[in-house]
Amino acid sequence: MLRLEGVSVCFGQNHVLNQVDLSVAAGEVLVLLGPSGCGKSTLLRTIAGLETPSEGQLFWGAQDLTGLPAHQRGFGMMFQDHALFGHLSVADNVAFGLRIAGWGAELCQKKVAELMALVGLVGFEGRSVDALSGGEAQRVALARSLAPDPRLLMLDEPLASLDRALRDRLVSDLGQLLRELGQSAIYVTHDHGEAFALADRIAVMDGGQIARCGRPVEVWADPRTEAVARSIGHQNILSLDDQGHCVLGRLGGQAGLVLVRSDGLRLAPTGVAARVVGSVFSQGRYDLQVEAGGQLLQLSAVESVGLGDLVYLAWSDDAVVPLRSSST
Amino acid sequence: MDTDRLTLIKGHRLVWCGVVLVPAVFLGVFFLWPVVKVLSLGFTGRRLWELLHDAVFWRVLWFTVWQAAASTVLTLVLALPGAHLLARYQFRGRRLLRALTTVPFVMPTVVVAGAFVAIFDRFGLNDGLFRMRHTVWALLAAHVFFNLAIVLRVVGSYWEGLDSRVEEQARLLGAGPGQVFRWVTLPRLAPALASAASVVFLFCFTSFGVILLLGGPTRATLETEIWRHAVWRGDMASASALAVVQLVAVMALVVVSNRLQRRRGGREQTNLGPRPVASWPLLGANLGLLLGAIGLPMLVLVERSLATGHGYSLSNYGALTERVSLLPVSAATALVNSLLFAMVATALAVLVGGFASLVVVYGRRGLSHFFDFGLMLPLGVSAVTLGFGMLVALDAPPLDFRSWRWLVPVAHALIGTPFVLRTVVPTLRRIDPRVREAAMLLGASPWQVGRLVDFPLAGRALAVGAAFAFAVSVGEFGATSFLPRHPDRLTAPLALFRLLGTPGDVLRGQAMALAVVLMVVTGLSVLVIEGRSSRQGVVRGDF
Repeated sequence: MLRLEGVSVCFGQNHVLNQVDLSVAAGEVLVLLGPSGCGKSTLLRTIAGLETPSEGQLFWGAQDLTGLPAHQRGFGMMFQDHALFGHLSVADNVAFGLRIAGWGAELCQKKVAELMALVGLVGFEGRSVDALSGGEAQRVALARSLAPDPRLLMLDEPLASLDRALRDRLVSDLGQLLRELGQSAIYVTHDHGEAFALADRIAVMDGGQIARCGRPVEVWADPRTEAVARSIGHQNILSLDDQGHCVLGRLGGQAGLVLVRSDGLRLAPTGVAARVVGSVFSQGRYDLQVEAGGQLLQLSAVESVGLGDLVYLAWSDDAVVPLRSSST
Repeated sequence: MDTDRLTLIKGHRLVWCGVVLVPAVFLGVFFLWPVVKVLSLGFTGRRLWELLHDAVFWRVLWFTVWQAAASTVLTLVLALPGAHLLARYQFRGRRLLRALTTVPFVMPTVVVAGAFVAIFDRFGLNDGLFRMRHTVWALLAAHVFFNLAIVLRVVGSYWEGLDSRVEEQARLLGAGPGQVFRWVTLPRLAPALASAASVVFLFCFTSFGVILLLGGPTRATLETEIWRHAVWRGDMASASALAVVQLVAVMALVVVSNRLQRRRGGREQTNLGPRPVASWPLLGANLGLLLGAIGLPMLVLVERSLATGHGYSLSNYGALTERVSLLPVSAATALVNSLLFAMVATALAVLVGGFASLVVVYGRRGLSHFFDFGLMLPLGVSAVTLGFGMLVALDAPPLDFRSWRWLVPVAHALIGTPFVLRTVVPTLRRIDPRVREAAMLLGASPWQVGRLVDFPLAGRALAVGAAFAFAVSVGEFGATSFLPRHPDRLTAPLALFRLLGTPGDVLRGQAMALAVVLMVVTGLSVLVIEGRSSRQGVVRGDF
């Protein structure tokens, strides 16, 4: 439904977005992932109509959105710091978009009640928004942006200001909710855990461009560039010398970078020798950090090993993926 | 923010033009033109160059500077403990005290002078060993009374915003309370102290009513000299030469003060935990000091207004409706005039200040700076220069306003506009742009955003600004004393000035009563708004 064609945004001399092509299908949740400063928020604001592209076009189906002001696009947005209206009650915040759309008081009230039930805040209608906890404010912001039935919902790091436990719970709630509603959404985050938990498709951004876009499993298996690999949490990135050698042996034919996915790397009775330098017990397994020939590697193992132990590493060939060093 | 501004301008160019033009024309005709006229009169005449060799002028200038400096230092020192109390402690009546400390700031200068006259009368300080009347001590005391509130506000609110954990850290590193204050707190407060000092210095430098009434005939500052030459002797050449000196000095001070305030701007904002409860000795000592400095003059003024020579009664208040030969109308009529003028001035200030705030916040950069600076100038430029400028500039066609009765409220509105600007602009700026964007994404057009988001959020600030503009107008003395007079349009501060300046027990009693009424009117208008706004979380700019 949403289509971006060669969209660029400049702030002065600075190209924040560079020739971005992107599409979101109906009912799809697309996650934009990338480190801070990669342009993901700008991309979101451009789609919302809050920034004007210097080049390129945006379409919704056949409709050209490029010159359309934000308030006429029919998109919803949920901001990281909620941006609730401090002078209005919870119910009035949620009803704001409905009032603008000219809904009557009675209908508004009904819809607000529905939404409050949806986000689990029944009974909060009359409260002042200043009195809400972070999680509650987040839910009000979600209800507010869902109220006018946006054709596309955009979420700009909506959970970044919350603590870990709350975030984990809200991520799964949110994913479920979006799927139930069949809501098309773009979700911006720098947390790859969140991204994999929510995404139908992930678009990884780097330097103002989409470096990799695909289903989570595809992106995980073959990130293609070093920046993408690091963004989605891969750590075992090795440099090969001219003959394609590295500490794990010959992994390629020429100089370059190679990723050895931690899910394909394991402890074995024999193989490349390495020393354990870090071991963290987590959820029934050990997250190990080992050192082989000056190179640090991550893997996870069920065996308990001690710091300083000598271990042997083995890997499956399909876990070895060549990478380009930078996004081009 | 850029987006909605652009749409706003594109969609409603005509309305935007109006929003820009109203404050621009108002400022141009009633402020910039008079200032230009004063400058041209001053620079073209020979008097300005003669001043350089005039020993009297240098003596006046020197006195103006040193009394302002002494008042500033004294105020800062006396305000620090109170600022500390308000910034760091929790106690019963904290909000009331905070609100009360703003009262002196809006109190008319003539009322302050009246309060000190009352103190001198009451405690026999008019002559003898502890003579205060017509000494420089009287001026300093009155200036401290006035400006304590400003320092409490500026320094107190800045102090409140400083993270107290830094001080705690210093304590843990072994610093005693004195060392913490000397090496940690004081340097951290420096920007606020400098900013407050510059404002207080400016106010004392341009103090007029207090000096005229309390300083006696021999203590002249630039302000009183301008007035003496222009109004008493009709010597416009000398007055404009002095006004040029005053203008240049004040402009320089305003620039310095603005610099210092900008430096104060980027302050840390930390969410503090619960404040400690103030201990009784600390609270007692502090409140004693604050009440002594701020409360005593007010109390004695009330006491004197009730005293009749044989016991207490309300007869002084009753006498306000009777005309005395000294005044063309009764004091009560003068009060009604003042209230009427104040209402007109407030409406004007709200209109001009409201529009100007929009331009400052949403206008193009150059325009925004021009309005921000230009409309603050009347607050900096002394009221006396303002009144003098209007006197000499608006007396010939096409700008002949000599016989225009609304010139007085226009002058008051010029002084009131900066207050509106200073309350509304920060509030508008504090509105998170994302809140506006959220409204837009929910389908609100730029005008709906203005109506449904900005106005409700800034409306209270507008009300606070209006209350200040009203209070300032009711008590305005400096500019009004220059403006063409219609005997039946006498304002209350002018009436009070004449009553105070004339000896005699009967008149003194009436003067005290009139001063109390003025104090109550100005104090209440600000207190009511202040109390409400502090509950509702309006952020007031500091002056």
